[in-house]
Amino acid sequence: MTTELGVVRHTSRGARVRRRIGTTIVYALLVLVGLAAVIPFVWLLRSSVMGTAQIFAFPPEWIPSPWEWGNFAGALEAQPFLLYFLNTLKIVAIVVPGVLFSTSAAAFAFARLRWKGRNLVFGAVLSSMLLPWAVTLVPTFIMWQSLGLVNTIGPLTIPAWFAAGAGFNIFLLRQFFQQVPVELDNAVYVDGGNPWTVYSRVILPLNKGPLMLVGIFTVIATWNDLLGPLIYLNDPASFTMSQGLAAFRGLYVSQWGYLMAASLLVILPIVALFAFAQRYIMEGVTLTGLK
Amino acid sequence: MTIQAERQDALHPDPEPPATERHRERAKSKSSTNGLARSQNRWGWIFAAPAIIGFFLFVAGPMVASFIIGLTNWQIGLSPAFVGFDNYVHLVQDPSFWDALKATAYYVIVAVPGGVLVAFLAALLLNRVRRGRGLFRVVFYLPVLVPPVASAVIWLWIFAPDAGLANSFLKMLGLPPLQWIYDQATAVPSVALVTIWAFGNMALIFLAALQGVPRELLEAAEMDGAGPFRRMLNVTIPQVSPIILFNVITGTIAALQAFDSAYVMTQGGPNNATLFYVYYIYQTAFGAGNLGYASALAWVLFIIVLIVTVVVFRTARHWVFYEGEVK
Repeated sequence: MTTELGVVRHTSRGARVRRRIGTTIVYALLVLVGLAAVIPFVWLLRSSVMGTAQIFAFPPEWIPSPWEWGNFAGALEAQPFLLYFLNTLKIVAIVVPGVLFSTSAAAFAFARLRWKGRNLVFGAVLSSMLLPWAVTLVPTFIMWQSLGLVNTIGPLTIPAWFAAGAGFNIFLLRQFFQQVPVELDNAVYVDGGNPWTVYSRVILPLNKGPLMLVGIFTVIATWNDLLGPLIYLNDPASFTMSQGLAAFRGLYVSQWGYLMAASLLVILPIVALFAFAQRYIMEGVTLTGLK
Repeated sequence: MTIQAERQDALHPDPEPPATERHRERAKSKSSTNGLARSQNRWGWIFAAPAIIGFFLFVAGPMVASFIIGLTNWQIGLSPAFVGFDNYVHLVQDPSFWDALKATAYYVIVAVPGGVLVAFLAALLLNRVRRGRGLFRVVFYLPVLVPPVASAVIWLWIFAPDAGLANSFLKMLGLPPLQWIYDQATAVPSVALVTIWAFGNMALIFLAALQGVPRELLEAAEMDGAGPFRRMLNVTIPQVSPIILFNVITGTIAALQAFDSAYVMTQGGPNNATLFYVYYIYQTAFGAGNLGYASALAWVLFIIVLIVTVVVFRTARHWVFYEGEVK
């Protein structure tokens, strides 16, 4: 408010005109950046419903005619994306509860309990965030191989239950858990409860939003993962969506319509998730910068 | 200021209870507080147990194992043979290793500063407007949502030399077409462009930081006659510099481990121009089946990440401004 007044005091007509021009330039630039962000999408959308001839037309055409819905049928016929979808869903369904459980338990221990070695363990978890995971690739593979679990979803799901690679989520949840008043814990202890009661009756119910956020980030990360499935899933019948699309790209290099339709199939579920959880995601992204 | 204060609190989560309360508790029963402390000690380890086991099983253990495997010649399916530092000697003479280093360094140098710059400028623009900000935020965030494999496929098609969008655009501007990812000279910048396209995540983080810059500081600077440029340089940038550091560090670590774009778009080509380091490790371990050599490669990456992180943090002392810091 004070600024508004302060500005108004000095404002001459020239200054006002200058400000309006400034605002116009800002909007023009925003639209330009927005177009750069969106055009690849529009390009994908139009290509996914165009015939080959129109896809290659110059200058580029933006309205499909005729609408080639057959690309989707073609893509689905060429590769079983529905099966890949179910495969991915199965992995997500095991990974998400695992990450939620293991990270929230660790975050609870770091935020609400006093124990010897806490700072040391927390430091280790934090430092593992900066570690290049590629270093662990080969030994982890050898371990799964000796357990006979290559070509199963074990290597892609079991680590989630041990908070592997989830240091950031632990850190995020810890920040939230610390904001819950300590009096609530003490009330439980006075009533004869133990830390498990505090965790399950107080901390988790009061932090549904942050848990939701971790869940969404985990779904997206699992959905996007390519290297993990590439290493551990060799049977085409157990491919994930991302993996299936990567394989598809190798097979149908010239079938751009099919390829674009398939890409859209891989993107759509994530966009749907975003539409459903936009508020959480936007807030969550903002929070990541608070470190 | 408030964020700093909160952070202080966050770092010390259990403030000592007030003296009176402590007295009362002690008066109640000394043994019961001891019991609570002891049970907290036990419960702490129980709750952290999955993460601790995970740390040893999937982080610390493999780290050590990776070093040991790096000292062997281990072909997939065969038994390992100890060869000492032979892999590291071989590595220095391996032209692909140097290609991988070069491609990765080039990529990091283009993608990270480019991404940070674009994101920062976009955030500055967003911070200037009220109307339509929500819409622009969503639009800027859309590319982040595209799974990396899908975005690689889309851009593969945009970069298509004959009828891709990129060359159609150049043609309309009357410029000569480029070979983008199919030319050794332009491959890495083209792949970096795809990374920069997903600037939305960083932009939103920057926007939140910009909104946290105290207005009083900006107004005071304006009173002192500082123009927009001076205010940016002397107030805004120092205030958000910790966030810039955060984005640079996370961006660099991610870029050093780029894999998807090389796998889907270029297969490391043309002529090893985009042989990103992790892609080379993947090829060595799971394509050529040379587990020992791949582990040695991985350990070199570990050392590089360590050095880069330390260097960035070190230099950060000179350009990152922490409020309340006493020099």
